[in-house]
Amino acid sequence: MAQSKTQVERPLSPHLLIYRWPLPMVMSIVHRITGAGLYFGTLLMAWWLMAAAAGPNPYANYAAFMSSFFGRLLLFGYTWALLHHMLGGVRHLIWDTGHGLSAAERERLSLATVLGSVSLTIILWVFGYLVMGGSH
Amino acid sequence: MASGNMRTPLSRVRGWGAAKAGTETFWRQRLTAVANVPLTIAFVVIVVSLLGRNHAAAAQILGSPLVAIIMLLFIFSTTTHMRIGMKEIIEDYVHEEPMRVILLMGNTFFTLAVALAAAYGVLRLSFGVFGV
Repeated sequence: MAQSKTQVERPLSPHLLIYRWPLPMVMSIVHRITGAGLYFGTLLMAWWLMAAAAGPNPYANYAAFMSSFFGRLLLFGYTWALLHHMLGGVRHLIWDTGHGLSAAERERLSLATVLGSVSLTIILWVFGYLVMGGSH
Repeated sequence: MASGNMRTPLSRVRGWGAAKAGTETFWRQRLTAVANVPLTIAFVVIVVSLLGRNHAAAAQILGSPLVAIIMLLFIFSTTTHMRIGMKEIIEDYVHEEPMRVILLMGNTFFTLAVALAAAYGVLRLSFGVFGV
């Protein structure tokens, strides 16, 4: 009775900003962000195809922009976002079947998504530079 | 009350949910997601194989039947998928009525414009403006 009146030092409820973010949560956020990025990234694809249909000069303009530093940065980001969203989507399809939902499996699938997308992006770009013959 | 309608409120609401469209959008998002996996891999292969090629070579490859059909499927499936995805994002974050509807309309306009522009490019190459 006396104890109920004393101010006890209680822990504050964990706030989102001081929480250690669980990996599946981060991957969920990244899935949405990469999806939104790819949404606007389709403009690059539309420009590419329109330029190819419009003729050699528009296509050369497109190629010049894409081989600039900013163009390459955009394309690199687009590559990673595409692969990450694809792998994240496969993970969601696995979850849709009711599999892989235990804590350990969630963690493993989320880690596989990010490791897979980063390594695939790097492999693809190394391969791309080899295809280009090191001319750029 | 004497409208002659014998349907119960439950029968009218069953299976439709808050979106008033049942599970159609949910299902279409999964359907296009499955389609997008092989189509995205094919798209990446096509883009890599066109790296560093001049316009004539790129136009010829993009306009060849198999590549053109894969590209059209990729465009159709991904833009359908991204329209639903952005719709969900808008519905999650924008609740004020005029802005919400404007953004949802804009989403459809943007998606269709991008899809048609990309498809137009592929079709124009397929029907041989630069071909032999």
